[in-house]
Parts: sequence; structure tokens; C-alpha cells
Amino acid sequence: MSEGEMAALKEEVEEKKKVIATLRNQPWRMKKRLVVLKEAQEFVEKFEGALGKGKGRKLYAYKVMMTKILMGLPYGSIPRKTVPREEQETAMDYSVLFDFGGYCKYSFLFYGYYNNEPTIGVLKFRLPLSYLLVGVGIFGYSLMVVIRTMARNANEGGDGGEEGDFTFSWKMFTSWDYLIGNPETADNKYASITTSFKESIVDEQENQKDENIHLRRFLRVLANFLIVSCLGGSGYLIYFVVKRSQEFANMKKDNLSWFEKNEVEFVMSLLGLVCPPLFETIAELEDYHPRIALKWQLGRIFALFLGNLYTFLFALFDEVTAKLESEKVIKNSTEWVLNQYYSNYSSFYNTTDVPPPAVHPSDVIRGPCWETGVGIEFVKLIVSDIQVTYLTILIGDFVRAVIVRFLNYCWCWDLEAGFPSYGEFDISGNVLGLIFNQGMIWMGAFYAPGLVGLNVLRLLSSMYYQCWAVMCCNVPHERVFKASRSNNFYMGLLLLVLFLSLLPVVYTIMTLSPSFDCGPFSGQEKMYDVIMETIEKDLPAFIGNLFSYATNPGLILPAVLLMVLALYYLNAVSKAYQQANTDLKKKMQMARDEEKNRRNNKDSTNQVMKDLEDLLPNKSLIPPPTEEEPPPPDVVIEKGSKSPKMKPGAAAKGVNLQKDVSLAAPNPRAPVTRAPGPRKGPPGNARGPQPGPGRGRGRGGPPRH
Amino acid sequence: MGNKQTIFTDEQLDAYQDCTFFTRKEILRLHGRYHELAPHLVPMDYTNDPDCKLPLALIVNMPELKENPFRNRIVESFSEDGMGNLSFNEFVDMFSVLSETASRELKAIYAFKIYDFNVDNYLCKEDLEKTLNRLTKEELTPEEVELVCQKSIEEADLDGDNKLSFADFENMITRAPDFLSTFHIRI
Repeated sequence: MSEGEMAALKEEVEEKKKVIATLRNQPWRMKKRLVVLKEAQEFVEKFEGALGKGKGRKLYAYKVMMTKILMGLPYGSIPRKTVPREEQETAMDYSVLFDFGGYCKYSFLFYGYYNNEPTIGVLKFRLPLSYLLVGVGIFGYSLMVVIRTMARNANEGGDGGEEGDFTFSWKMFTSWDYLIGNPETADNKYASITTSFKESIVDEQENQKDENIHLRRFLRVLANFLIVSCLGGSGYLIYFVVKRSQEFANMKKDNLSWFEKNEVEFVMSLLGLVCPPLFETIAELEDYHPRIALKWQLGRIFALFLGNLYTFLFALFDEVTAKLESEKVIKNSTEWVLNQYYSNYSSFYNTTDVPPPAVHPSDVIRGPCWETGVGIEFVKLIVSDIQVTYLTILIGDFVRAVIVRFLNYCWCWDLEAGFPSYGEFDISGNVLGLIFNQGMIWMGAFYAPGLVGLNVLRLLSSMYYQCWAVMCCNVPHERVFKASRSNNFYMGLLLLVLFLSLLPVVYTIMTLSPSFDCGPFSGQEKMYDVIMETIEKDLPAFIGNLFSYATNPGLILPAVLLMVLALYYLNAVSKAYQQANTDLKKKMQMARDEEKNRRNNKDSTNQVMKDLEDLLPNKSLIPPPTEEEPPPPDVVIEKGSKSPKMKPGAAAKGVNLQKDVSLAAPNPRAPVTRAPGPRKGPPGNARGPQPGPGRGRGRGGPPRH
Repeated sequence: MGNKQTIFTDEQLDAYQDCTFFTRKEILRLHGRYHELAPHLVPMDYTNDPDCKLPLALIVNMPELKENPFRNRIVESFSEDGMGNLSFNEFVDMFSVLSETASRELKAIYAFKIYDFNVDNYLCKEDLEKTLNRLTKEELTPEEVELVCQKSIEEADLDGDNKLSFADFENMITRAPDFLSTFHIRI
């Protein structure tokens, strides 16, 4: 066989292989597929032998496995509740374990627990470095994950508001879930689909409402004013409570009641419970479209939590500075005591070789270790948050459901339909709660590594608990909420929270000096000094030089400038794409309209043609031929013959006149008394809609121009 | 790889694997399900390709399809005679297209067929009305039904013929974020 033939044959074989590979995706009947498969396989086998077939099968197995694995990944990203936490938690878990393994005896990891376990000092082997790097690395990794998820969601258009294109079509064709097999679920689904349709119908009709603008504006301003004052009030309340807790900390612990000890957390949780419904009630003044109202509501809750958290942080910061001050004092006193000890010892025993003081570790004077304090605060906050959530679910959902169900028998009004009825599962509130929980973890993880493990446990248990609560006590939302479509909105919030929780941690790393006797950075001026030390001591010299060059402002400024330029360029490019997109959409719309018009015109022109045809004389009625009546239905000639009274000279004009006249009035000799017969469809439109019988048109056709 | 089964030859199972989105195990399981729908009719030995078809009524009662408002249309679309009598090949084909791993384009094609009640290769207003009434169990008023169908056609009709051709339908459905996850039956 010649080369050319070989190449052609190889190509054919490749093609057949491709056919086999894409066979599943072809919309053919199974029989056809099997037949094609057999043919293709025989062909391939003939030219590649047994080897080819075996390879194909192995490839298939890999393909199946890969599909299984690849399908696994996307699934993990759909339950929005678990991915950012779990992925990130596991990363931290690994690092925590990594820190743990081998260094268990140093209970530094119990940093954040209530019972202040003795903490340890600096380890020789890179623990401080790894701690710092992991702490910072968490943020970097989380950032990457969040942004990647956002980018992926943006591709699928998950912004929550922008499905205006195909609302009704999508509802019609993609709302039924084919996985439903349970009759109850099916009934629920029918109901929710019906509600969703009704909602869209109302939406359609609502866009034509016109109301008093001034009253609306006034009410909205009033509502915003009220809400801002609420936010301010809550911020002040938290500040006040934290200040009080500092005073309490100075008093003896036994004199305080449980309430006073945990006042701060209690107040914060309470505010988180009370304010959102308050906002919702005030927001009824605003009279927004439900979707927009929801976004406002979420924004306000977000502001509330943020304000509270930051007030809490500022108050905490005061505490930290106070601790630092006291630490200095203790440090001085410890040094003084140590000096005393050495001088006494050497003077007593008359040696210069003084052994270190034989004091039991638990008796050593300890500094107030502000990091542990901060860690403890966060842990307390989160624990109280957990308690409040669980209690709310228990009381707000379960007990309420029990009461409504059983008291309904002996109550005056219908508890199930009216107040209080069963609780709805508050999707947005819960998601926001998760986001903020995550923010607190991000903030606290640096000071209390155990917090991460604690939160993982909490999330696991809370998931099962809430799952049970929803199935047992909640009813579906009245307003069908497309929460899953607002993916990017929540991701955006998460990103914001990430940045905001990054700030305090980075600030403390950079500016505050670590405690001198606890934590992996004790004894150093600043926490990041660990990195400097490592670079100087452990890495080869040129890397140290490299770093010193890299941190030179002369290098950093141009780099920053470059990034700004890149940002600007990318922004411009993206705007250009958006513009091109809108242009294309417009074009499509125009093409659509043109087609419509063309079709409509075709119909009407066809109609006119039809009418013209009908106006033509019925041949069977033509009397036996005379010279005046030539058979061909030529309009001009007809006209000529119809008006014998016209002067020959005026024939030309008469012809024209008669043209119009005869269009308007049919041949008097053969009045059209019967309705036009059934028409066949116009030739080019075999399956198109039949043009309706134009009964009235026969006589009054449009004048030709 | 496991027990020696005598329902299909190895070649048959491989062929099924290449032609559907299922693995050998799943195909055997599907045969089990097919068989239990009518144990006296369906042979246990498929090695010589028996010609056995199950009627619509039996298939539509499967738990996976029982609650689906379009179950009849689904089965009819996959049957060769259009009346809903499925051979095993068509049975497997149906579940393969509706499985999770089937491609979007393939699903779009069959979704179009399913919703085309009068089988004229267009989704005209009557088709949409029927779809809507099945979805809402006729809870909407006729005016509302009219409005929804009108709006749907307006949104998706690209060539202006007041009904949806496959091109219109595909253009609309490939952008739907929920399509893949809802047009999915697990067996």
C-alpha cells in the first residue's frame, strides 16, 4: 500500500475510533448505535488488530473512573454550606496535625481553651515559623478558593437577579425535578411550581404600577433613618458591655454570676436574634419589590454583624494594650526577682556558676499572655453563638411546632394558618450566620488553633441537627426564594468578610509585640521576626540578599504600578467584551424582529396574491368564446373588453382606470357569490400556519400602487 | 471481575457500555429492573437478542417514573413505535439519556421530544399549554395559562413563527442553570 493510502486509512481508523467514543452522545435509537458500533469496531479491529481493541477497553475504564472522580469534585461545590469551610478546615486540620505530630507534649495548641493550660516557649524546630506561615497561609488559601468559586459561578450566571431573559421558559421546562419519586414531595413540588408561576405573573403585571413617589421616598428615608439608628444603638450597646466586662475581669471571678461573666457574648447573640426581624418589619415601610427588599435586608444584617464584630474587636484591642502594659510590669518585676536570686545565690554560695532557679513550672510568675486572652474571647464568642443557635432552633422551631400542632385542637383561631403557624426555614439568615461564623473563625484561628477543630465539630453536628429540624418542624417558604441562584452574592459577602477578618490579624502580627513568656513568638520584638531569623540563619546567603532586594521600596513601587496597570487593562478588556455581548444580543433581537416582519409580510402578500387569483374569472362561467373575451386572464385585455363604451382614444387611460376599477369590483358578469374555496398552503410554507380564509378580502383588496 | 453471568455475552455488555453512559454492573442491574416489571415476559437470557417489548402501562408504574407528570411522554419518546412499548434496548437508552453523565445536548434533544405532545417537531402553543397544565395540575386560570404560554414563546422564539423549533428550544435550554440537575433520573 502506498504512503498516501496508509495515511488515509489511518485517518479513517481514527475517525471510526472517534465515532465509537462519541457514540453515547448521539441521539440515535439504541439499535442504530449498536449496529454502528459493531461496524466501527470491526473496521478498527481489521486494521489495528487485537491490541487496539484492548486499549480501547482500558481507556474506557479510565474514562469511567475519571468521570466518577470529576463528578465528585463539582458535587462538593454545590452544597454551598460546606465547601469553603470544609476545604479550608481540612487544610488547617492538616497543618494543625502537622504541628501536633511530634510536639504534642508542648500544649501550645491548647492556647485557646478556658482552662489556661501552661503554655510553652519557643521551640527550636521551626514551630514558630510554621505557625506563622500556616496562619497567613490560611488566608491566602481561603482567598484563592473563594475567588475561584466566584469565577466559576460567574460563568454560570449565578448573580441572582439576572435571569430576566427566559423566566417563563425556564420555569416551564426546567422546574420539574425528575428525581422526585415520593408522592408527598411531588405534591409539594406542584404547589411550589404553581406559586412560582403565579409570582412571575404578578411580577409581569406589577411593572405597570404607578404610585405616589413622594410618599414612597419619604417612607424610605424614614425607614433608613430608623435602621441606621438601630445599628448605632447596637454598636454602642456592645461597646458598653465590653467595657463592663473589663471591669468584671478585674473583680474576683467568684462574685460574678454566669450572666455577668458571659455578658458580651450573650448581648451579641441577642442582638443577632432580635435585630433582623426588626429590620424586616421596618422595611415594610419601603414597599420594595420582594427581591430588592431581600437584598436590602441582607445588606442591613450584614452591616449589623460587621458593626458588632468590629466594636467587639476595638474593645478587645483596648484589653490587649492593657495586658501589654501589665506585662511590661511583670517582666520588670520578674527580671528584678531573677537578679535578686542570682546575686543572693552567688553571695551565699560564693560562686559565679549559678544554677537556674529551681522553681516548679507552675509556680513561675507568668505574664498575662494577651494572645491567649484574645483566643479565649473568640472561643467564648463562638461557643455562645453555638448555644444560641441550637436553643433558637429548639425553641423557635421545635417547641413552636409542637405547640401549634397540639394546641390547635383547643384554641380559638387556627394556629396553623394564622399566628404563629410553623416556622419557615430562613435560608438567607442561616447562610449569613454561616458566613459570619466563618469570619470569626478566620479571626480567631491565629490565636486559638483549637478553634478550628471545635468549629468543624460544630458544623457537623449542626448540619444533622438542622436537617432534622427542617424535615420535622418547618414548612416551605411562602415566597419561592431562588436562594441557590444568588450564589455569587453570598460568595461576595464571604470574600468581604475574609478581607475584614484578615485586617485585625495582620495588624496585630505587624504592630503588636508578642508576649514574652507564652506562644511560639515569645521573646521577639515582632512576630514576623521569625521569618527574618530563618532567612538569615537557615537559608543560604544569597536568598537573604534576594529578599532584601525584593523588599526594597524601589522594587515594590514599580511592581505595584504594574499591577495597577494590569488591572486597568483587564477592566477595559472586560468592558469591551460586555459591550460586544450587548451588541450581539441586540443584533439577535433585530434579526428576530426582521424575521417576524418578513413572515408577516409574506403572509399578507400571499393573501393579496390569493385574492388576486380569486378575482380572476371563473373559467367555467365564460360564455362561448367571442373575440372580445380572450381566455387568458390578462388584466389589461379584460379591461379593454369590459368597457365597450369607452372611447378608443382614451383606451390607455381607460386601461389604467379600469385596472383599479376591476380590482375593486369583480367581473359583473360573474359576480363572486361563493366564498373562496379551501386554499392550499402557500408553496414555500408547507408546515407553516395556514393563512386564515380571508372572506372579506375578496372585494376590498388594497389598491395597487 | 465477579460472578459469571449468563444474561448477556461479554461482547454485548461491552457494546452497551460503549453505547450508553452505564457500566457493566449498571446494565445488569437495569436488566434486573426490566425483568421484574414482567417476569414472565422478559427472558433471563438475552444472548440471542430476543424481541421482547413491555407496554407503556408497566413501565410508567416504575417508582422512578410514577410521580412524573410527563411519564407517558418520556416513555413514548424513547419507544420506536411512538406508543410507549419499550424493548430492553430502548429501556436502557431512556435511562442512559436521563442519567447524570449524559451530555447537555443529548438531553436537550430528548427534552424537546418529550414536551412535543403532538409530535410535529415544534413546540406550539398547545404543547406548552399541555405542559403547563401538567406542571400546575390545572390550578392556573385560562388567562394565566394563556399569558405564560405567550410569554414563553415570546422569550424563546427566534425565527418568529410563533412556535419553538428545536433551535429555539436548544438556545433557551442550554442557558438554563437548572436544566442538567432537574432533567435527571437516577436508577
